[in-house]
Amino acid sequence: MVHVSVRAEDFDVGGEYRRLCADAPGAGAVITFSGLVRDYYDPGDGERVRELRLEHYPGMTEKSIREIIARAESRWNLLAVRVIHRVGTLRPGDRIVFAGVAAHHRGEAFAAADFIMDYLKSEAPFWKKQFTESGGEWIATRHSDAKSLERWRETAD
Amino acid sequence: MLQIHYFASVREAMGREREQVDLPPDVASVAELIPYLRSRDSAFARMFAEHETLLAAVNQTVAGNERAIADGDEIAFFPPMSGG
Repeated sequence: MVHVSVRAEDFDVGGEYRRLCADAPGAGAVITFSGLVRDYYDPGDGERVRELRLEHYPGMTEKSIREIIARAESRWNLLAVRVIHRVGTLRPGDRIVFAGVAAHHRGEAFAAADFIMDYLKSEAPFWKKQFTESGGEWIATRHSDAKSLERWRETAD
Repeated sequence: MLQIHYFASVREAMGREREQVDLPPDVASVAELIPYLRSRDSAFARMFAEHETLLAAVNQTVAGNERAIADGDEIAFFPPMSGG
């Protein structure tokens, strides 16, 4: 059971957890990850983020998230997956992304949630622009995110 | 006719979200489309120069330079993605 949602509205982690459990009878592990908007992008540069604007490619976004989930399903035995990604204007502390995975065992649930998040950052058509006191700036792919993806390539089937 | 969409910093540099472009007969791939757009539109040429990494999608799938294009296709240009 796969559920994907791209929307401006917030999500409720407890409600998402209950839906995952309902979609996956017999699951032994449910992992839920929620990402929040940080109040800084690079620690130490001193500039506080006032808001983040998220743009996406309607039509392609949901399709590419479903492809990422299908790849995770081909690597691990998953019972249910839910991904929510918010778009529009967000502020520090706001929830921005949810990834939930239900599986028989925790190893595959943890790994699949991690895999989905890594690919969401670089292969789903979302773009972030952060606004600080000195203006707006598009956020480029982080070096650490690119390195994170390498982990999955080494073990690619 | 191609439908061309621009996103994020590419959209800002182009000053528009989308446009329609007649497909010239000698353009059959993404690799051939880019020089054509650079020569016909100074905004595209400037945007291309400003973007170290420019990605393209054809019909809502990320496409390499060799990807064939045909009349009626939806093409998109954008910078590397930054979701999550």
